[in-house]
Formats: sequence, structure tokens, C-alpha cells
Amino acid sequence: MIQMEGVNKYFGDHHVLKNISLTIEEGEKVVIIGPSGSGKSTLIRCINGLETITDGLITIQDIDVTKKEAPIRNIREKVAMVFQNFNLYAHKTILENLTLAPIKVKGIKKAEAEKTGMEYLERVGLADKAAAYPAQLSGGQQQRVAIARALNMHPEVILFDEPTSALDPEMIQEVLDVMIDLSKINITMIVVTHEMGFARTVADKVIFMDDGAIVETGTPEHFFTSTENQRAKDFLSKIIHH
Amino acid sequence: MLYLSTISWLQEGPFALYRWNSLKEDLPLFFHAFLYTIGISLGALALAFVLGIFFGILSATKNKGAVFLSRIYVEFFQNTPLLIQIFFIYYGLPLINIVLPVYLIGILCVGIYHGAYIAEVVRSGIGSVPRGQSEAAASQGFSYWETMFYVVLPQAWRMMLPPLTNQLVNLIKNTSTIAIISGADIMFTANSWSSMNLNYVPAFAFAGILYFILCFPLAKWARHMEEKNKKAYSR
Repeated sequence: MIQMEGVNKYFGDHHVLKNISLTIEEGEKVVIIGPSGSGKSTLIRCINGLETITDGLITIQDIDVTKKEAPIRNIREKVAMVFQNFNLYAHKTILENLTLAPIKVKGIKKAEAEKTGMEYLERVGLADKAAAYPAQLSGGQQQRVAIARALNMHPEVILFDEPTSALDPEMIQEVLDVMIDLSKINITMIVVTHEMGFARTVADKVIFMDDGAIVETGTPEHFFTSTENQRAKDFLSKIIHH
Repeated sequence: MLYLSTISWLQEGPFALYRWNSLKEDLPLFFHAFLYTIGISLGALALAFVLGIFFGILSATKNKGAVFLSRIYVEFFQNTPLLIQIFFIYYGLPLINIVLPVYLIGILCVGIYHGAYIAEVVRSGIGSVPRGQSEAAASQGFSYWETMFYVVLPQAWRMMLPPLTNQLVNLIKNTSTIAIISGADIMFTANSWSSMNLNYVPAFAFAGILYFILCFPLAKWARHMEEKNKKAYSR
């Protein structure tokens, strides 16, 4: 469904993505891990065109995302994103956060967008907050709303950019629980995270990145127990001890 | 001794009561001028807003050409006197056979001039909205302009309101410059009326009051909105 071939990206002289190639199937749950600054976030931001690439090819359902005339709006209707800092629209209520893009971008009727919006708020356990504003919610609640907002676009893919990294420790689990619940439906999830427990439970495939390159790809079983790669081993030993 | 008494002071000289009575008789003249000033102000305001929002957004883009264009506009009109711009249009355009009515020149010149200031207010207002907001909108498929109008500008509005009101008040006061090209506004009316009958004090005092009536409630309203906005997004 998503294909990257020979993707390179530079920020000035800095080579952030080095010859990335990968294939992600429909419905697959992919977790990308690796040290900070290894290019994980940049990689997923390229998938929905938030970052442009220097060369290479990215296709989603055979549509070339990297072309200048790419139907970027259609792509973003299919590929939703959840950010590290939630980025809920501060001037809109929770329900309005869920319905703004479906109404204005997808042209869905307001009543319909609100109906499905309430269903997704129910799913993330925040239906009672529909009329509140983002500033009144805790970080964990805001991130759950952000996931509901992504879902209300009825996407085929959701990109998660370190969804729990900005959260207080006691709020991490409530967000992970929502994501684990989500992994049971047929939606493609690409998750950049440092939560190894989540990776183990949910991932069909773990991608380990270091210094802009994909170092290893495998099942969580293989990755966490029998990787031969020295850099991956070093990384895992640090993560597990901390 | 009678000379210094209060009564004589009210009977003759620049403050004499009969001068105020004569103002009262010619009140319809001033009322018409008042409406004229309001009309020019509204026209100029609409133009200034359109230009200000357009160039303000342009200067917040990453497109170098767009930023350059809006810098030229802003710097040129901010750094030359409004009066010169008015003279330039008033005397210059007829030389190439374009004769515009005075009220239109007023609207154009004051609107373009204040548009440059409003563009700066809009630019800094946009800059005050966290980048994550427009990134979220972009990731949901909003175009650049949709992102601006649905997400960024409504939030920037809070930051922009106090300086925008300053601009509006200045704009109203600056419409008085068209008096110099015979604009029939409050300032011109006060000047031409009083030069006929030497009632300078009542004329300009009353003109000042008329401008005050327009500007003071605006400034007051803006302060009220500013207070209200502090509590926004947390109802």
C-alpha cells in the first residue's frame, strides 16, 4: 500500500534520510524505533508530504506522493496524523476539532460528521468532553482527542509521531490503550515511538533506524530476542535499562 | 474693569457665545461632514483590511517572491507621508487623464496607507500562532489559504485586536488629511466654515468632539474585547 524506494533527504548539508526503501501492506501495524535524531519522524512526515524529499519515490496506493502535481489533498484525506504535541485546534471545541476537516475538506454533512465524531469520542472515552476546549483537558486526554480527530477523517493510514513522548508518565498508558484498541481494526498504523512494550504487543513489523538509515526490519519477536545487529543491540540494552 | 469681567469675555472675542450660536445654526453642515468622514473611513477600512490581510499572509509564507512583494508594499507606504501620497494621486493622475472624485482618492490613499500597517499587524499575529496548528491543518488536507482562514487567523485575531484598533482609530483621524484636497469631511468643513466667519474656536473644538465621538467608543470596545478574549478558549 505504501512504498518507498531509494528515498534521500537533506536538510542543508545534513543527510537525514539515507536511501530508505520499505513496503507497508494494507492493515499492517508498523513500529519505527531508534535513537533520537535518527530520522524516524522525518520519515513518516515524508509519507503525507509534510516534508519534501530530495530524491527517491514514495507511492501510496500507486499514487506518486513526491510529484509536484500530486493530489496532496486526496492523500491527506487518506493518511491521518497524530502529533507529539497533540496540536488540537485551540480555538475550537473538542467536537469541532473532530468535525472541522471532515466538513471543510471532505465535504461531509455537519450532522453526519458530528454523529461519527461522537462515536469516536465515545471510543476514546471522552464523549463527555465534546463541548470543552483543548486547554481544559489533560495532555493524555488531548492526545486521545487527537486520535479521535484522525479517525473521524475515516483514513486508511494513521501516522503516529511519538504520540506519548510529550506526556506525563501517568498519562502514557491511557493513550497506548486507545492505540492498542485501534490496532484491532483494519487500519494501517505507522508508529514512531519509544514504547517497547507497545511495539511488542501491537507491531506486525518493527523497523529500527539509526543515523538516517533503516538498519533492521523484522517481527517484534525476532527484533527483541534475536537481533544480530550490534547497533540495535546497543539501543535495546539502553532502552531496557532505563 | 468691565473689560475683564466674565460677561464681556462671553460676549466678544474668540470664545464669544454668539459664535457658538452660529455653530448651532449651521449644525446640518457639520452633520453632513460627519457622515462624509464616516463614509470615507468605512471605505478606507474595508480596503485596508483586504490589503492588510492579503499582504500580511503573503509575508508569512515561505515564498521569497511573495515576501519581497509585500515588503515593498509595506516599507514604501509606511515610510512616506500620507499627505505626499494624496498629493501625488490628486495632482499626478489628472496628468495622464485620470480624474478621480475626491472621496475616492481619500478612500484609496488612506486605505492603502493603513493597509501597510495592518499587513504588519497580521504578519506578527500569524507569527504568534504555534506552528503545530498549521501543521495539523495541513495534515488534514487543508490548503494554505484554508489553513489561514479556518485555523491560524481566528487564533491570531486575539493578538491582533489591540493593535488593529489602534490602526482603526488612526485611520479615522487620518481621513482628515483629505481636507487639504477639499474633501468635504469634518476637518475641511470646520476649516472652510470658520474662515468665512472667524468662528475658529467653536469650529475646531466641535470638529475635535466629532472625531472623539467616533474614536472613543472604538477604543473602549477594543479594550472590552481584549478582556473578554483573555478568557477565550476555556469556557
